[in-house]
Amino acid sequence: MTDLTKLTLAGARDALKKKEFTSLELTDAYLGAIEAATPLNTYVTVTADQAREMAKASDLKLGKGQGGALEGLPLGIKDLFATKGVLTTACSHILDGFKPPYESQVTQNLWHDGAVMLGKLNNDEFAMGSSNETSFYGPVVNPWRRNGDTTKIVPGGSSGGSSAAVAAKLCLAATATDTGGSIRQPAAFTGTVGIKPTYGRCSRWGVVAFASSLDQAGPIARDVRDAAIMLRSMAGYDDKDSTSVDRPVPDYEASLGQSLKGLRVGIPKEYRVDGMPAEIDALWTRGIEWLKAAGAEIVDVSLPHTKYALPTYYIVAPAECSSNLARYDGVRYGLRVPGKDITDMYEKTRAAGFGTEVRRRVLIGTYVLSAGYYDAYYLKAQQVRTLIARDFTEAYAKCDVLLTPTAPSAAFGIGEKTADPLSMYLNDVFTVTVNLAGLPGISVPAGLSSDGLPLGLQLIGKTFDEETLFRVAYALEEAAQFKAEPAVWWRS
Amino acid sequence: MSVDQNTVRHIARLARIAVRDDELSALAGELNSILDWVEQLGEVDTNGVEPMTSAVAVTMKMRDDVVTSGNLQKEVTENAPGSEDGFYVVPRVVE
Repeated sequence: MTDLTKLTLAGARDALKKKEFTSLELTDAYLGAIEAATPLNTYVTVTADQAREMAKASDLKLGKGQGGALEGLPLGIKDLFATKGVLTTACSHILDGFKPPYESQVTQNLWHDGAVMLGKLNNDEFAMGSSNETSFYGPVVNPWRRNGDTTKIVPGGSSGGSSAAVAAKLCLAATATDTGGSIRQPAAFTGTVGIKPTYGRCSRWGVVAFASSLDQAGPIARDVRDAAIMLRSMAGYDDKDSTSVDRPVPDYEASLGQSLKGLRVGIPKEYRVDGMPAEIDALWTRGIEWLKAAGAEIVDVSLPHTKYALPTYYIVAPAECSSNLARYDGVRYGLRVPGKDITDMYEKTRAAGFGTEVRRRVLIGTYVLSAGYYDAYYLKAQQVRTLIARDFTEAYAKCDVLLTPTAPSAAFGIGEKTADPLSMYLNDVFTVTVNLAGLPGISVPAGLSSDGLPLGLQLIGKTFDEETLFRVAYALEEAAQFKAEPAVWWRS
Repeated sequence: MSVDQNTVRHIARLARIAVRDDELSALAGELNSILDWVEQLGEVDTNGVEPMTSAVAVTMKMRDDVVTSGNLQKEVTENAPGSEDGFYVVPRVVE
């Protein structure tokens, strides 16, 4: 039998329906691939027995010609999603041993549609990071390497386990979350497709909270079609999340292949930032040419508050994280470090349980929310956020979708940026605006850097217009013909 | 605005995170570099601008006021550091 892990999600779906192989065979192929890929450190928990049980149940359904949209398809789940009875720590020491007695709504939706869970994927601690180096379980290694070089490269973050596992074919697709770029930047760094849908499109119920007004779930997948299939199953209204939005979920796959005739693509001039590598600029120009050739009209637009997006984010996100993470106190679950009194126990538990990046953000958040500073920082940031969202509204009077690079560089080496938090934060310069405005964004692989690492282009859409994003992303994918794959060096 | 070591100690206390004295100086440096950087928001004229309270305009939905879940004593106590007779046992948190 050929290597089953080479099939895309759509390919495997169609083959399972035709009974070319069973879900159990497919699942075993993935479990074998995962076992042989320990140097990548993508999975923090492998649920092999559960995966085989789910696959067998799917095979019974498929045998009768039944089953959901994802019946029998093995997926990886970011450790930020609560999975019933399965260790869920958000890759933080403070959640040691926590097995949720409930399932997140997004994963529940996937199981309802027949998907098979392979295990939990590594991520930056509490999704705080852009390189997957802040995980308590150690960094994830990108399957991609620079040409002729064995330096370990980061897979992006925070969904680095998801992006690396999809790129290394250790699952058909993966769930991920995006607060400032955590789906799109890792997708760009690994040659995969990642979409952050509109805020409210996916339920946040059972997703470990980082910054609640920015967090949104979405998939990372091998191609645009697979991402469309995944998002359709993940999305939907949930009465347990009051910010989830009650509107029908379209068949995103139906948007693929539709013409771009008459579509207006905006090019925001503020995204041409100082010091942007020439190859990123060239990639962007190529993307513009591709969409023009596909029939789209190119329009210059301005998003004047772009430069304030990152500083705004680094007030809003830490403020919300310091509030959300207040619940981890060592009293009710997870890690507890004993102390001489209750305050001492809280302080020791949180000192031992949080890593340095999480601690840094909790402290910043506590400071900007503290008495006397709230107006100067948090209120000001929320006002600037209104202006950033307004920029997009004004741009969308002239265009239907925006095209930008996903990240200001290709992936970097492990340890290269950890010494300087600010240089790490700058990774999200093109993605963070989208979270602040609640908009959908997708990253599509579009080429290789001069040293052989993947580069991505980002499309930003109007609120709840994921269909246009998928349509344009598919056209980009068709034009880019990105077929490069990482050489398999990690297999033991 | 700039934070000194005493301010860091105060914030850490508010955040209930124990910080060693020998960490204060480095932490103050890191926090200051981030705070200096976000200071640029001061350039933006936000007079009369409403702060954003919701990323997507939605009207909060009301659900029926009915019991939809319950009788989960076993599940609720599964992660408890200690439990007795179906109760959750924790250290005394109210002095």
